[in-house]
Amino acid sequence: MRIDVNAFLGAYPYRKVPGTSPEAVLAAMDRVGIDEAWVTHLPSLFWRAPAEGNDWLYATTAAYPRLRPVPAVHPGLAGWEEVLSVAATHGVPAVRCDPTFLGIHPAGEEMRVLVAACGTAGLPLMLAVRLEDGRQRHPNDVAPELPPAAVRALIRSDTDVRLVVTHADRGFIEEVHFGSTPDESARIWWDICWIWGPPEDHLETLVRTIGVQRFVFGTGMPLRIPESSVAKLDLLELTPEQRAAIESENVRAITTA
Amino acid sequence: MLIDVHAHFFHDRTPRADWRERNTSRLRAGERIGITIHVASILGSWGRTSPTYFPSPDDITHGNDTLLALQPQHPDRIRGYVCVNPNFTHHAEAEIRRCLAAGLIGIKLAASRRADDRLLDPVCRLAREYRVPVLHHVWQHRRRDWPGQEASDAVELCALARRHPDVRFILAHIGGGGDWQHSLAAVRGVPNVFVDLSGSGVDGGMLEACLATVGVERLLWGADLTLDTGWAKLRYLAHLLGAEQLAAIQWKNAARIFPSGAFPSD
Repeated sequence: MRIDVNAFLGAYPYRKVPGTSPEAVLAAMDRVGIDEAWVTHLPSLFWRAPAEGNDWLYATTAAYPRLRPVPAVHPGLAGWEEVLSVAATHGVPAVRCDPTFLGIHPAGEEMRVLVAACGTAGLPLMLAVRLEDGRQRHPNDVAPELPPAAVRALIRSDTDVRLVVTHADRGFIEEVHFGSTPDESARIWWDICWIWGPPEDHLETLVRTIGVQRFVFGTGMPLRIPESSVAKLDLLELTPEQRAAIESENVRAITTA
Repeated sequence: MLIDVHAHFFHDRTPRADWRERNTSRLRAGERIGITIHVASILGSWGRTSPTYFPSPDDITHGNDTLLALQPQHPDRIRGYVCVNPNFTHHAEAEIRRCLAAGLIGIKLAASRRADDRLLDPVCRLAREYRVPVLHHVWQHRRRDWPGQEASDAVELCALARRHPDVRFILAHIGGGGDWQHSLAAVRGVPNVFVDLSGSGVDGGMLEACLATVGVERLLWGADLTLDTGWAKLRYLAHLLGAEQLAAIQWKNAARIFPSGAFPSD
């Protein structure tokens, strides 16, 4: 069983990306052996009101049971509590908010209120550090990357919230993990898509120093080819139990904690 | 057969205490992936006694010596580029002659001088004389200067390639950061520039764009600092291409541009 917690549907505004339809994402999943993917409507991440993409997301994922919706919420817009409530009724595995794309402070009052609400509702909150390598972004794509300090602040701000952070590299993860208490870091899961494999062996190091239980399988597709995350695991010396933890078991911990 | 045209190794005079582990890791992962030959370079002291992209002559010599020593230790796995800093013309020329005669098979230029600079011409004349390719570090669309290097982009490399049409140039790591679409547009009409697929970037659409722009015959497989992304791109290409086309990228194109006999079954 392999679950991809970090996938998207729909076009990217800054360059042509092939394979963004639900059918194409499912074909990519079949190609690399992904059973289930958590998907967000990619275009709406760049809208003023990103939750306006959620209806399409719910309708689309209802038609494709292997795709599970991760709807977007903007805590600075009136009615965001309703967005959260609707998400809960749809049984989503997580909701997402990418504050720097929204132009709000990544650890400001709006985010802290959202974090508290997610904690109360038992909804994991997903945040992306980035979507593309900062060196290649479109000249007009200037939203800052999510800073590690914001993740530390958010996890400290509520004792119940669970965070799923995608597209983080080794330095980011270490800074947050070792800058948090054990109770705090135990409520953060990291997807592996941006962590380097050999010869630098960042993922191997993190599994050893932070623990396999903190990592989940994610690809960032279709912005990134999903073969990359599978190859990272294929190059690791993992026990079957460790591999299963990353590929699916840790995900269950996120959704059932 | 699989040739990684963009590999690196470390040595005892670099800042890295883990240099042995990194070298071992590359070779171990290479076995898993099926890499037949790692064509590697060493950029001086990797910053310990001179900057990585502006290596001193002494550091360059030590790095090249290290690579020359590694080759016979792994005769079935490692080949090397002679690395030079074109700001030191006489040293660069002497180092190229010395190291190619000793068995290295290509020339590596990092970011010590812009690719279109006239100081690179003596290096290219030697590449033509010895019939070896030049692997040039490239920043895919340099919109500003970056600290620590005098990075070149594809437009500048193509200017050099047009001045030296008989030399084969390898544009480094199309997935190594920056706007690869800018690079692909630049190299489209420059037949002596080959594109190395290495780098941590695994953008959806990048490999399709490479194939559409320069075709199978000008693509070379490589990994650079991330063998996982290199393997991922290889797997994705296997989904896009037939066996013959894939073999061209895996090794046949490399065998065509490196000196005859550089690789085991060549």
